[in-house]
Amino acid sequence: MIKVSGLTKDYGARRAIHNLNFDAQQGEIVGFLGPNGAGKTTTMRILTGYMPPSDGEALVAGYDVVEESLEVRKRVGYLPESVPLYHDMAVFDYLKYMGELRHIPNVDDRVDEALDMVGLYDRANGYIGNLSKGMKQRVGLAQALLHRPEVLILDEPTIGLDPGQVVEVRELIREIGKERTVLLSTHLLNEAQNLCDRVLIINKGKIVAEDTTENLQARLLGAERVVVRVRGEADELASSIKSVKGVRKVETLEDGGVEFEFASGKDLRPEVARKVIKDGYDLLELRPLGMSLEEIFLELTSNESKR
Amino acid sequence: MKNIWTIAKREYDNYFNGPLAYVVMLAVILPLSIYFSLLLFYAQQQALFSGGIVPEIGTVNGLFAFLMIFLSPALTMRLLSDEARMGTLELMLTAPIRDAELVVGKWLGSMLFALTLLGVTLIFPIVLNNFVEPNIDWLAVISSYLGLILLFATMLALGVGISAIFTNQFAAFFVTLGVVFFLYFLIGLPASLLPQSGEVLNYLSINNHFDQMNSGVVTLGGIVYYLSLIAFGLFTGTTAIEIRRWR
Repeated sequence: MIKVSGLTKDYGARRAIHNLNFDAQQGEIVGFLGPNGAGKTTTMRILTGYMPPSDGEALVAGYDVVEESLEVRKRVGYLPESVPLYHDMAVFDYLKYMGELRHIPNVDDRVDEALDMVGLYDRANGYIGNLSKGMKQRVGLAQALLHRPEVLILDEPTIGLDPGQVVEVRELIREIGKERTVLLSTHLLNEAQNLCDRVLIINKGKIVAEDTTENLQARLLGAERVVVRVRGEADELASSIKSVKGVRKVETLEDGGVEFEFASGKDLRPEVARKVIKDGYDLLELRPLGMSLEEIFLELTSNESKR
Repeated sequence: MKNIWTIAKREYDNYFNGPLAYVVMLAVILPLSIYFSLLLFYAQQQALFSGGIVPEIGTVNGLFAFLMIFLSPALTMRLLSDEARMGTLELMLTAPIRDAELVVGKWLGSMLFALTLLGVTLIFPIVLNNFVEPNIDWLAVISSYLGLILLFATMLALGVGISAIFTNQFAAFFVTLGVVFFLYFLIGLPASLLPQSGEVLNYLSINNHFDQMNSGVVTLGGIVYYLSLIAFGLFTGTTAIEIRRWR
């Protein structure tokens, strides 16, 4: 559905994205992760036909974004990051206008359907300018969904929404992603983690990692880490844990806990638990520390910076 | 074509969402009505003493044209500049419409508003006709209105083109006003001083072509002149939008 090869974009002398290669299949939600200025929006703008690339090729729904831009635009639903809307129009009128530009048949019914999907049916006649930020976001989303596009490109779709709405919008995206292709950018790592089938991490215009969230974790971890907390002194506990065979990198934490690491594949938690209790401590907590996407992200992007 | 009409319709409706439509209507209808009444009054006075002359609709339309030099930039200033400022241009440029359709649609929207104004002013020749026996020269009226339509279409096309270049609507307003003012008043001025190139300068003056049509003389040269400027304005707008994509 989306196939990008060698995509490069220069703004004058500044190279915004450099030789990007990735693809996204039907029924897949792909997350685009990266710090500000990494090139996420630039890539999305190229894929939506807003601007041409300086080099490389991008196919969306089988059409070239430069040569067959209009065909691409017919098949893509796009929510830009700034959620631009005509504030002096009523919600219904705005969506109808956008629908008419896309030649949607029975446009009134389809607008109702889109409003229903984003839960704004009762605000159809209100002016967009009077809506809250979260509601405007949903109007933008309704606009992107209106023509039932094959490919949905969402630039920061949940930014500015309250927690309840975030859950609803994510549910909606998940539902859409079952049948269609969704490419979404986010800087909320937990969003990528619980929404996306695959994550592309982009930094300084280059893709630094591309995999499922689980694989990314496994790839970077190489070891497992555990936090232990007991009633009593952390220093003494640390030396007690250190004596268990296979344990490495024992550190005492500021809050009185102890963190240690062991090679992945050989779970040392039972041994450590027995040892701690044998030494007379009251065990309060024994918790594995998964590496969060946050840490993966920081590790990848900082490695990239050092290079 | 359908896209152009969809965009034009929205722009037309949009004028009436704010005060602009009413302000422009007032700024046109009020002075024209006063001027027209004075003309009638003057003609009536003349008729009492000597045979008198029939007032011509061209006199009123001349004032209309003059007013539109200042009002047409107000009608076009935000058409594309505001889309760029608000970011909604991104919506338009990612919708399946051609850049030219967007620009022409915007222009047509403003043109529909200008035609509405023109429609309202048709009351003047109709009223005038009631006072004149057997009736007024309707061909001259048609020629005068054709002149107004072409003049407004040109000023609005230039305005839309300039609006596409700027992000600030006031910059678009003043530049459009400057360009229209130049083409209307200034470009013909040196014509009398330069015997060789005078004819060319006279041809380039919007004012000359309008004066001809307003007095009942429709020339092919005049129509070609207006159509060329309309095409130039719309082409400038389309190019400016395309440049925005590449930037």
